[in-house]
Amino acid sequence: MVPTNSNDAGLRVSLSVEIPSDVAYIERVVDLVRLSCAELAYNAHHLALNVPVALSEALSNAILRGNHESPDKRVRVHADVDTTRLVVEIADEGVRFDLDADTRDATREENIEREDGRGLFLMRKLMDEVQRFDTPPGQTAGNVVRLTLTRA
Amino acid sequence: MSFSIKKQGEIVVVDVEGQLIVGNRQELKQKVLDELERGERKFLIDFAQTGYIDSSGLGVLVSLSKKIREQGGELRLANLNDDLRTLFELTKLDTLFQISDTRDRALASF
Repeated sequence: MVPTNSNDAGLRVSLSVEIPSDVAYIERVVDLVRLSCAELAYNAHHLALNVPVALSEALSNAILRGNHESPDKRVRVHADVDTTRLVVEIADEGVRFDLDADTRDATREENIEREDGRGLFLMRKLMDEVQRFDTPPGQTAGNVVRLTLTRA
Repeated sequence: MSFSIKKQGEIVVVDVEGQLIVGNRQELKQKVLDELERGERKFLIDFAQTGYIDSSGLGVLVSLSKKIREQGGELRLANLNDDLRTLFELTKLDTLFQISDTRDRALASF
């Protein structure tokens, strides 16, 4: 890891990755983004917990729920990392969904023993902000989930 | 990422090396269920060599815990590092599992 120093100010790492709709690619994308954060001296907890878990959740949602693992559909990831924050956008080609409609609390007693339902909950816990947008005009219609994490 | 299974006395010990995520959770589930079907009832999953766990990995642990309990058995966990422990606390799964700091303590707790 590169230690924080004054030379980091103004430094920005941008990364774009496109993967097939296959969960086997998740770990490699996570490693690429995590490496970028490590270069800018994000703390150990961000590198070991917040970034990998939240990004894994967003990627698996895009691959499984958005693209339904279709070989004809792709997932596009764009990350911007600087000394202030990480912003990573995950775009699928799926049907529009309402992120705000899912407010389930995975820690409620009736949900504790559920096998599913912790993905979005964890993204919200581990990131400072989780947002959803339509893909921009000119791109294949789908969802963009944006994760924002402020460097501690 | 891989899983290794060994017997220590009457306890089945599973080591999770690398990540426990959507891409490999079924492998872990099947390996433990195979042992359960063979008649094993005491299970310890050791996370000393584990990186991160996603929600589907947590879901498999919950599912296995239920299935093992239904058969009269027990599933216990050991060696969660600070970040993994935080993950269990965030989801309150630390209240569902018996978690030990070390493998030896977990083995002695059965």
